[in-house]
Amino acid sequence: MSDLNPVNPVAMSVFIAFFVLVTVIGFFAARWKRGDLTQLHEWGLGGRQFGTLISWFLVGGDFYTAYTVIAVPALVYSVGAYGFFALPYTIIVYPFVFAVMPKLWKIAQAKNHITAADYVHGEYGGKWFPAAVALTGIVATMPYIALQLVGMQVVIKGLGVGGEMPLIVAFVILALYTYASGLRAPAMIAFVKDIMIYIVVIAAVWLIPVKLGGYGHVFDLADAHFQAKGGATGILLKPTQYTAFASLALGSALAAFMYPHTMTAVLSSASAKTVRKNAIFLPAYTLLLGLIALLGYMAIAADVNVKSASDVVPMLFGTLFPAWFVGFAAAAIAISALVPAAIMSIGAANLFTRNLWRPLVSPNISPQAEAANAKLVSLVVKFGALLFIVFLPTQYAIDLQLLGGVWILQIFPAVVFSLYTRRLNTPGLFLGWLVGIVLGTGLAISQGLKPVYGLHFGHENYPLYIGLIALAANIVVSFVVSAFSPRRAAVTA
Amino acid sequence: METSPSAGRSWLWLILLIPYIALLWLPFYNDTHPPLAGFPFFYWYQFLWVPLTSLLIYIVYRGIK
Repeated sequence: MSDLNPVNPVAMSVFIAFFVLVTVIGFFAARWKRGDLTQLHEWGLGGRQFGTLISWFLVGGDFYTAYTVIAVPALVYSVGAYGFFALPYTIIVYPFVFAVMPKLWKIAQAKNHITAADYVHGEYGGKWFPAAVALTGIVATMPYIALQLVGMQVVIKGLGVGGEMPLIVAFVILALYTYASGLRAPAMIAFVKDIMIYIVVIAAVWLIPVKLGGYGHVFDLADAHFQAKGGATGILLKPTQYTAFASLALGSALAAFMYPHTMTAVLSSASAKTVRKNAIFLPAYTLLLGLIALLGYMAIAADVNVKSASDVVPMLFGTLFPAWFVGFAAAAIAISALVPAAIMSIGAANLFTRNLWRPLVSPNISPQAEAANAKLVSLVVKFGALLFIVFLPTQYAIDLQLLGGVWILQIFPAVVFSLYTRRLNTPGLFLGWLVGIVLGTGLAISQGLKPVYGLHFGHENYPLYIGLIALAANIVVSFVVSAFSPRRAAVTA
Repeated sequence: METSPSAGRSWLWLILLIPYIALLWLPFYNDTHPPLAGFPFFYWYQFLWVPLTSLLIYIVYRGIK
């Protein structure tokens, strides 16, 4: 921590002021659109009543996380065009959301499902496969929460404060108001967060290129930088990167709304039409993400040199902007960590309570005890993530998050295909899931925890996203095994 | 998957496949030329597909109502 900047009192004051503001909002949110917070669908799904505007802020605040703001420019700064797969990814996700998620919303609303595993249970019955789906969601989400903490740590470090203490304070506050207010807290804070992020990014992409001599110049300098650097970098892709780029974009898009936090945000919408409308308007956030990605090139053009690529955005802002704006930007990014972290812990808590605890441990749990249990689990999940970051190397969280993406994709056939076909059954889906998880994990480990694996066709080598390879195997096994075992009967939930 | 029949206008759902083709086939846009306002083609093409995708989804939304 010897490379810390001196603490700037102006930047620090602005940062703390905004942090206090969202804390007040977080606790106040319990009274907003008042509902009986001792019921799980009220605490954990905000009463399923969020209209288009609130859902837009909520999904946007949830899907485009602090870690994204830090990691995407860091990747672009390090390798160039390849880091831009995030842009096609967050574009092609929306036709999928538009086509699939309203259908899921309708069934969830009719049967009072609050999680993906609820839906799988409703379609297929049983408790072990829904439990496997729930466990996949929880395990995939934990490192994701941990990475939000990393995002927060990076900006606090950028303000000149090292160590774990500020992180612990921030997270204890977050844990308390999530416990008290449930999904209403991140929904309200998302308004503040998103408006702040829009202001920061628009100001940055407007002002920084002026200081650096225009976008053309920024791209020229980045180009020269990568040509000097060599390897698989550059402001255009190498032809050998095509399949990796495209399969990462597609696989990430298919996985995105299988996560508990995105699922929770979708299911909290007031209607299927709300979900449809949001698929039209949410791409506005993708423009924002594209602009954030460009910060990686601006950092190259501004000659920002960092030891760890994740410091690139705070360093760029610190170099070019006045102190008050640095504080404002840091607060925007830190609050961007709070919203998804809250929703992730709520989504994981819903899964644990509804699909693990109730069916496997306490079948006769009362609705009040169920909600109380979920609140407690949301605390446990967050402190788990905190301990992870404080005591283990950050790289573990990054590696696990990568594996989490591969794993969460394996619930895709059970959740999505079940909406369209009755050919699948539990033995097929369960075995498919298992094959996908084992194959995906094995391939990822064989590549030293890199996301792509080279498949050979003839003499050509096509690197493909491992999650997608595992999903393909999963789908084949699911359909083949289902074809040779009894069809699913109508289930009475 | 996007082609579930809905009110006899199921062909409309095929529109949703266009962004997948446009963005997943890299030879379409992995180029610097033509640039626009300093942005190499690779970048402004991707940015352009954000509003285009919104528009296409909106067309389907209107069509299936």
